[in-house]
Amino acid sequence: MNGAALIATTVQVVVVVTGAPVLVGLMRQVQARLEGRAGAGIGQPWRDLRKLLRRAPASPTGTGWPFRLAPLLLVGTSSVLAAVTPLLSTASPLDHTADLFAVVGLLALGTVTLALAALDTGTAFGGMGASREVTILALVEPTILVAVLALSARVGSTNLSEIVSTTLHDPLRVASPASLLAAAALLIVVIAETGRLPVDNPATHLELTMIHEAMILEYAGRDLALVELAAAMRLSILLGLLTSLFVPWGIAGADLAMLPLALAAFVAKVAALGVALGAAEVFIAKLRLFRVPELLAGSFVLAVLAVATSFFFLA
Amino acid sequence: MSAFKLWRKIRRTGRTAEPAPARPNGPTCPKAVALHGSVQLRHVDAGSCNGCEIEIGSAFGPVYDAERYGARLVASPRHADALLVTGPVTRNMAVPLKRTFEAVSEPRIVLAIGDCAIDAGEFAGGYGVYGSVADVVQVDVQVPGCPPEPAAIVAALRGLTCR
Amino acid sequence: MPAGAGGDRGGVARADLPVTVIGWSLAAVAVLAGVGVLAALVTPRRARPVFVGAATAGIGVAGLVAGVAALSGQAFQARLPGLLPLVGVRLEVDPLGGWFVAVSGGVLAAAALYGIGYAGGGHGPSGRSTQAALPVFAAALVLAPAAAAVSTLLVLWELMALASLVLILAEHRTRPAVAEAGWWYAVLTHAGFVAILLGLVLYSADAGGDSFTDLRAAHPSPALRGVVFVLVLAGFGSKAGLVPLHVWLPRAHAEAPSPVSAILSAAMVNLGAYGVIRVGLDLLGGGSRWWWLLVLALGAVSALYGILQAAVAADLKRLLAYSTVENMGLVFLGLGAAGTFATSGAPALAALALAAALLHVLNHAGFKALLFTAAGGVLRATGTRDLDALGGLRTRMPATTVLFAVGALGAAALPPGNGFVSEWLLLQSLVHALPAGGAVVAVAMPVAVAVVALTAGLAVAAFVKALGVGFFARPRSGAAASARESPPPMLAAMGLLAAACVGLALAPTAVGPALSRAVGAATHHPATVIGGGVSLRLAGIAGTMSPLLIAVAVLVAIVVCALATRLASGRVARRRAVPLWDCGAGPPTSRMQYTATSFAEPLQRVFDDVLAPETDVDVTPHTESAYLVARMAYRVRVPDRVEHALYAPIGAAARRLGRLGPVLANGSVHRYLAYGFFGVTGLLLVLAVTR
Repeated sequence: MNGAALIATTVQVVVVVTGAPVLVGLMRQVQARLEGRAGAGIGQPWRDLRKLLRRAPASPTGTGWPFRLAPLLLVGTSSVLAAVTPLLSTASPLDHTADLFAVVGLLALGTVTLALAALDTGTAFGGMGASREVTILALVEPTILVAVLALSARVGSTNLSEIVSTTLHDPLRVASPASLLAAAALLIVVIAETGRLPVDNPATHLELTMIHEAMILEYAGRDLALVELAAAMRLSILLGLLTSLFVPWGIAGADLAMLPLALAAFVAKVAALGVALGAAEVFIAKLRLFRVPELLAGSFVLAVLAVATSFFFLA
Repeated sequence: MSAFKLWRKIRRTGRTAEPAPARPNGPTCPKAVALHGSVQLRHVDAGSCNGCEIEIGSAFGPVYDAERYGARLVASPRHADALLVTGPVTRNMAVPLKRTFEAVSEPRIVLAIGDCAIDAGEFAGGYGVYGSVADVVQVDVQVPGCPPEPAAIVAALRGLTCR
Repeated sequence: MPAGAGGDRGGVARADLPVTVIGWSLAAVAVLAGVGVLAALVTPRRARPVFVGAATAGIGVAGLVAGVAALSGQAFQARLPGLLPLVGVRLEVDPLGGWFVAVSGGVLAAAALYGIGYAGGGHGPSGRSTQAALPVFAAALVLAPAAAAVSTLLVLWELMALASLVLILAEHRTRPAVAEAGWWYAVLTHAGFVAILLGLVLYSADAGGDSFTDLRAAHPSPALRGVVFVLVLAGFGSKAGLVPLHVWLPRAHAEAPSPVSAILSAAMVNLGAYGVIRVGLDLLGGGSRWWWLLVLALGAVSALYGILQAAVAADLKRLLAYSTVENMGLVFLGLGAAGTFATSGAPALAALALAAALLHVLNHAGFKALLFTAAGGVLRATGTRDLDALGGLRTRMPATTVLFAVGALGAAALPPGNGFVSEWLLLQSLVHALPAGGAVVAVAMPVAVAVVALTAGLAVAAFVKALGVGFFARPRSGAAASARESPPPMLAAMGLLAAACVGLALAPTAVGPALSRAVGAATHHPATVIGGGVSLRLAGIAGTMSPLLIAVAVLVAIVVCALATRLASGRVARRRAVPLWDCGAGPPTSRMQYTATSFAEPLQRVFDDVLAPETDVDVTPHTESAYLVARMAYRVRVPDRVEHALYAPIGAAARRLGRLGPVLANGSVHRYLAYGFFGVTGLLLVLAVTR
């Protein structure tokens, strides 16, 4: 554990925490412009959060510690993910703490705490949101792990820093069919995990179509600010993970001198991916809930194909 | 419509939002100071004929685009700072309106949109009408009109966000 | 130094009993079993569970001591020629057996303490025969992995089966489902026993001897090896609950009294895995690859089917029983992977996969015992196992809720739970196989990874349902509303198990050396498999993970976040108590909450081809008009499809065969005389022709 790695990790966490709402604002602004509107500006989510932090949280009757703990745990796990994922630099003091499986597990832990909090409210909406969320979580897991298998097979390790370093040193691997298929599969996974179209509409008002929103209908004030921040952080981290795994150029190694460049590259890549995702959402509609397993099965097939084609490079 | 055709339509249409009128002077009610340019609104239909709803829909549509001033419609009153109430309060909606108001966390603002919300308008004295919104909850901002123009609604919202 | 085995041909029977810790512990086990049986027979009804529970706890502690001693390197062998006619009893505890003895001992100790508390106040079985069976069951459970000869193993196996049958049938007077569960268990466990008997007898006939040393030294033909392995896999697999021989498990584990359920699920099913490791890897020396691919396939199917049934189960104990099927499936998947790697020439990976399987046995014992004991507490307090009628126990039974949450975290295989550590090890062994192995491995490993992943996802769904619907929000029935917290002995036992789970979750490297020794004893290749202090490090394979650091990091992040938001929000925002948001319609009743059935409905719909749910709609119209509905009843149940598809036809065939009986033996003396005449004449003709 050296000082440079510690500084890089701290910068990573700070960038993710401060930049995540900006990313959400950017995506909303892109959608607004494509719809012919003027949009609220990319700083609007931060204004919303600032106002929410100063409002009183609610404690509905019948809820208890699971309801109060979930926002903190969500932000906590998201912060740990921001620290562990190699977004700016591959050297991290927490490097040997976590690999891709642990990252997937921490993401699932955050989702589970929110589902438990939703069940704790005892309302029908909470139960409905929790039920749908864990169904999608269960169906997304095979795709994630098989895609991890495809990525790690050519590297010989599931450690995130190793995968990123190997891709940095061998750029042509990115263009291989295995990588492209794994990227497509993981893109669908990111959409499902973060609750974007076509799996879930983050801006819907119709409770019967909600998945993520239904779980947070009872949250107010400070709790709601934390939940919204955690959702934005998860989106940024997952998009950053996608870029780190498949487009890692710009990520610094162990020296701090490359850090500003890495920061600029990270911001540019994630912003580009966010803009593309936001623009794509204008053109598609939400899928019926029971069509979503078909979409996830399709992404699973892509991941299996990625593993199959990765053998051609190992033979 | 296919994605390509939709893209061509987007290109042809360009920007629909009209330029913003002059910025308002200050907040229209003291509670709005704490909002700092962001207000989440929960709409409650307390028995309206839906004329005001169409105008609110237009206010948030591409032409007037109330979202650019920091206002956003949300689904749950717990997420909201202000209630947009339309319609004369019917007997069946009196208690739900009160409960919705209590579900909003402090400081909570109520905007009465339309003549019916302000003083029961056309339907004053009807057997199914309980009263106006002010008879049920405390009203902070009134937007008169039957229905009020989207520009008036947007002006009221800008008075809350000061943008 | 243990004394060697002395001569036994004819002459005076001499017992060789080396004086070591293990020897004393095993002797204590036998003595305490006798004491326990005696206590069950003579003590009055009120004090009976206490004395028997104390004796059983002593057996458990002695087993734990013996197992730990064996895992720290001590060897033990004993021969007792007098105990069994003709062959005597042979005992040997090597690190592999010691692992299972230690696991069984630990679970028994906690479950016995729990049982003492459970039996108070008129709950729990206190009849003489049931209480007498408990120490016998415990002793057989602890001694079975120490058996070093076929006959010893079989005797202990059968003793375990009979004693557990008596225990399962403890409450048969109160519920008819218990008798049915007992029948299924009796038939299947004895079918399994016959399979094991056949396999091992064939093997020892070829080896010319009964003890494991003779079996290890024998060289049977590949065909005989295959037959022995398949028979042994069928027998031990049925004990472990492998699909399709699992049908007894959900019934028996759900209907048994809760202390017994905990022992069955957390200790007894492990012996199925022990048997396959001992015979397949140790005695038969690895064998062919197809064996282990079969084990892998069966494990994968069991894991998926088990967790799918658990995800849609509304009965709490049935959910936990199906989760046992799932976890044993994962253990067998790891075993199959280990065997495949061993026969493909990758000993390091084989050791890792076997270590993952053994660690999962330990972790599963910990969290499953904790979950069953907590569920038993709920059943005792509310009188119901139905998740659709529970809820709100977070306020009425706060300690039980927290303890169940610890167990559920382990069972859902989420970090920082203990289930996550063993699943991580298993995935590491599967993921690193790709570069090395051939075509078969290349196809099998991604399938195995996908199965493990889907299982993990469904396990999350099942345990979110169990915890969220069963314990959180508001009570759905009067029974749940009137629950009271369990008495201290039950909470103490659950606390011990929870502490073990937390210890295994945060410091899994503490069992690293023991695990390496156990794996070395099974594969005959001693090596360090996992090492490291705060981080789990894999020997020879690039992979590290630190559950402790992850847990600490999350905790630090939560604290920092809480402080930061307190600072940012200032004094203004104090939490206020508000009614639930019900869209203004009125306070929602507790029956408006999501139930376990509604929670699982999307999953049931997605997997309805596999689950085949049965729906019954019963419409009762008014007498005056058929178009006016007076009553409507709706029932949906998810049966065990394997039972319907496999066992119902077998049962029907058996009944048809049985109906042949009255036809053949219809009471006519003439027919019987004809049988005798034609039988003898035919035999004489055959002999005349063949001689």
